[in-house]
Amino acid sequence: MCGTCGCGDGQVQIDGRHHHGDAREIVLERDIMAKNDGYAAANRQRFRNGGILALNLVSSPGSGKTSLLVKTIEMLGDATCSVIEGDQQTSHDADRIRATGAPAVQINTGKGCHLDAHMVGHAVDDLAPSPGSILFIENVGNLVCPAGFDLGEAHKVVVLSVTEGEDKPLKYPDMFAAADLALINKADLLPHLDVDMDRIVANARRINPKLDIVRISARTGEGMQDWLDWIRAAQAAMRPATAAE
Amino acid sequence: MHEMSLCENIRDIIQEQAAESGFVRVNRVWLEVGALSCVEPDALRYGFDVVMRGSVAEGAALEIATPAAKARCLACGQVAVVAHRYDPCPACGAVEMQVTQGDALKISKLEVV
Repeated sequence: MCGTCGCGDGQVQIDGRHHHGDAREIVLERDIMAKNDGYAAANRQRFRNGGILALNLVSSPGSGKTSLLVKTIEMLGDATCSVIEGDQQTSHDADRIRATGAPAVQINTGKGCHLDAHMVGHAVDDLAPSPGSILFIENVGNLVCPAGFDLGEAHKVVVLSVTEGEDKPLKYPDMFAAADLALINKADLLPHLDVDMDRIVANARRINPKLDIVRISARTGEGMQDWLDWIRAAQAAMRPATAAE
Repeated sequence: MHEMSLCENIRDIIQEQAAESGFVRVNRVWLEVGALSCVEPDALRYGFDVVMRGSVAEGAALEIATPAAKARCLACGQVAVVAHRYDPCPACGAVEMQVTQGDALKISKLEVV
């Protein structure tokens, strides 16, 4: 029997090989994401070697990612931060980050709907984040496609603003499944909305039972300390055990 | 529409394989797209026809298998087939289910000439 396709008795041979007329089957079992995952693994190794905490921030457009990052960088103070900004067009977001003093590189994806690990590798070449620093990667505003692309980050952080409604985690489950932390942003608007914070949390946990969730407002500062504590804990977790001895 | 860039990956893998195995045309491509992978099969089909033009797989038929996804209930431990990430446990009704398989995305095999 043909070991490739399971047909016949393997008796038919042309030029010493088994054929099905002209056609033959090749079993591949190849991962379609392998190329991206290879670049992501290289990025991850590079971050690990430099002790760099890379966080991939994902959300819909308008969730307040950039305002949150500006506030975060200001509050982190002495920690060295750098930022990779992903948008289809313009360098507005990178300009806003640079105004804080933190270095930023803007990736414009053109028609592309997500950052991939190859683009991020080149941006890291340009940015050259210093050892022990924090690298924020602000992905293209899109709650769908960035979920499928590993960039080599330590964690995906999904930002959801309260105005987007309670059922977003159920409607766009892949992103919440891929994330380790959800920041529920613009919490200062809750008194003005018919949105139930508890239902947002329950829906997010239904998709991802292990998800950490922080209620936050970049505007008022609510929850910012919890977010900074989470970042510090993530930094501590990536240090080798020997460093603590 | 990230299905387009996934199709470019598929084309690159096929072109590499053509160089390695010495085929000049692909008649049929079998993909495995897990039920919970981040991919819409219809969008993949559309992108496939467009992206394969000019490659060894131009005009190839596309067969997409969608193996079922499984999840384990964090409350009772039951492993069950799920259609969505938010499906509750069929045994105990708990909503916290951890997906264990069903997000694979791969080229299974090719029929080539």
